[in-house]
Amino acid sequence: MTVADRRNRGTILALTGPAYLWLTATIFLPLSAMLYCSFLDKSPLVPQPASLTLRHYAAFIEKPVYQQLMLWSLELGAIVTICCLLIGYPAALALAKVIKGRWREAMFLMVVLPFWSNALVRTFSWTMVLRPGGLADQAIHVVAPGAPALNLLYSYPAVVIGLVHSYLPYMILTCYISLQAIDDSVIEAARSLGARSWALFRRVVFPMSLPGVLAGSALIFVPAVGSFMEPRILGGTKGATLGMAVEEQFTVTANWPFGAALSFLMLGAVLLICLVLYPPARKRMEGL
Amino acid sequence: MSKSISRITRRRFVAGAGALGLGAAGALGAPRILRAQGGKITVLNWQGYGTDEAWALEAFNKATGIEVVHDYFNSEPEMITKLRTNPGAYDVVLTNSAWNGVASAEGLIQPVDTAQISHFNDLNPSLRDSALLAKDGKVYGLSWVWGMTAIAYNTEKVSPAPVSVEVLWDPKLAKRISLRDDAIEAVSYGAIATGQDMNHPADLAKVKERLLALKPQIATLWSSEDEWNKLFQSGTFDVAVYWSGSAARSKTNFKLPVGYFVPNEGGIGWFDGLAVAANAPNSDGAHRFIDYMVDPTFYVEWATKVGAPASANTKANEQLPAEDVGRQIHADQAAIERLQFMAPLSDEERQAFSDLWTEVKAEFAK
Repeated sequence: MTVADRRNRGTILALTGPAYLWLTATIFLPLSAMLYCSFLDKSPLVPQPASLTLRHYAAFIEKPVYQQLMLWSLELGAIVTICCLLIGYPAALALAKVIKGRWREAMFLMVVLPFWSNALVRTFSWTMVLRPGGLADQAIHVVAPGAPALNLLYSYPAVVIGLVHSYLPYMILTCYISLQAIDDSVIEAARSLGARSWALFRRVVFPMSLPGVLAGSALIFVPAVGSFMEPRILGGTKGATLGMAVEEQFTVTANWPFGAALSFLMLGAVLLICLVLYPPARKRMEGL
Repeated sequence: MSKSISRITRRRFVAGAGALGLGAAGALGAPRILRAQGGKITVLNWQGYGTDEAWALEAFNKATGIEVVHDYFNSEPEMITKLRTNPGAYDVVLTNSAWNGVASAEGLIQPVDTAQISHFNDLNPSLRDSALLAKDGKVYGLSWVWGMTAIAYNTEKVSPAPVSVEVLWDPKLAKRISLRDDAIEAVSYGAIATGQDMNHPADLAKVKERLLALKPQIATLWSSEDEWNKLFQSGTFDVAVYWSGSAARSKTNFKLPVGYFVPNEGGIGWFDGLAVAANAPNSDGAHRFIDYMVDPTFYVEWATKVGAPASANTKANEQLPAEDVGRQIHADQAAIERLQFMAPLSDEERQAFSDLWTEVKAEFAK
């Protein structure tokens, strides 16, 4: 090993060390504590000694309602991710390749604006927009008087709207970074070789931006699957997710182990999905 | 109620409220002049639930020199967790009829020395001596306030005034009903509607069937008083399960057209006790604070200024003005007799109720 190598290694350690230490302390330790908790037969902090059990994982299999909720949560995560991609990608493309200068800055400000408000406030403000006779209805009546009321509040679409609004910036920002890194000369080369717009997008631009798309999708899919606040406030009885059931185990039944088991089953399902989807995506990127 | 009584009551109320500054100091300080003054106590309670009213803490501090600081919980399991994980951190803790037994069984709270409570004899005996706030014949929670979880309705839209729990299932009110998103409350009302013991219903399948039948009825579920008021005001629902003290506040403070009744079949009753934490650093101060909390001077101001559940102190309730909405709601003796009071549930029961409610909600979502 050369001196330069060794110095490099030291630099890498110094640069990444704090982040890893932080991650270990704030994510790994509480998560492992919760994983252990999910195998206990009673909540931690109860004075009686606890013993290990698989009961809570068995309960998930025995009670079909929790499997149903998991399926719904995964479905909701997928729908939200796809909607974010469909709305966010074109916006990122425009920001990276069309809009320039000060306009770009202004657009960025609008993209990150939702991050500046509290998630709960943001969600409640949607209830004012979506409720019958709310802002959305009023706006439609200006354009088309006599149009029927939307009546979106307390429906599944309302949950999707709220979640897409919350997570859209992740998709725009990650896609923007990938798109912006594509050298304009590559695009010019493709054009000079006779690629039309659609072929240019499908065979050059989109594949090269795939890392951003994947990163954005993962950043959105995972929290959307675990969401419980937006489904409750915007979905009313139509929003039911496993996240809400997990919350119930911590606040109502005081059954931490079951809540932890449900969380880890969800985590397992999400990891499984990533595991299945990642290799083909990687192949696609390596083929470039 | 006759006019003469109401006039006396009003006069007494005005006198009581007017004399708060000096009056409170006198009432609190005089009998215990020999006690140590000052110090600090920590109270564990829901946020905005009486004990943390700024004017009250000021009056209490003036009278005793004791500074009151607060910590809050958002659910009863959280309250128990906080007591378990922070022994010696709290002096006074709010425990209700369903959770006091849990806390005392685990040794998280200590018996209240009732000799130190000057208002003890004025407390309603059926609450004061309830087994739900006691263990081994000792008082573990001093009964403070009580209330009902019954049914509120929009008086402008629902007539005649409903009297039965069946109003929740009335097909004419499809999509006009709301319940709190709470497993125990939902199961309790399912049990009441099927004529069962609310705390330990023998036939949970029947309860589930009744709750599932609410699917076409429910507009949405609510989770906080603030949300309830907003939903009611925007006309999202016309009939909803609601807390009695909150119903009084909605009517008095927000001028909402709220009617309130305990169904003929029964309703949910609950009462809150103030307990002294085990290892309380200032148990003397804790007792004095609890005594102040059941003092009519404090209660009348809390009820009239802010809105409160009914006091466990019968004298305090009598001092409310006759037109006070809360007083009217809580004075219907026949309704009170129809209440079933919330009792402790075993972990298994709580889990069964929660599973049942989750299943019902999943069915609602389909």
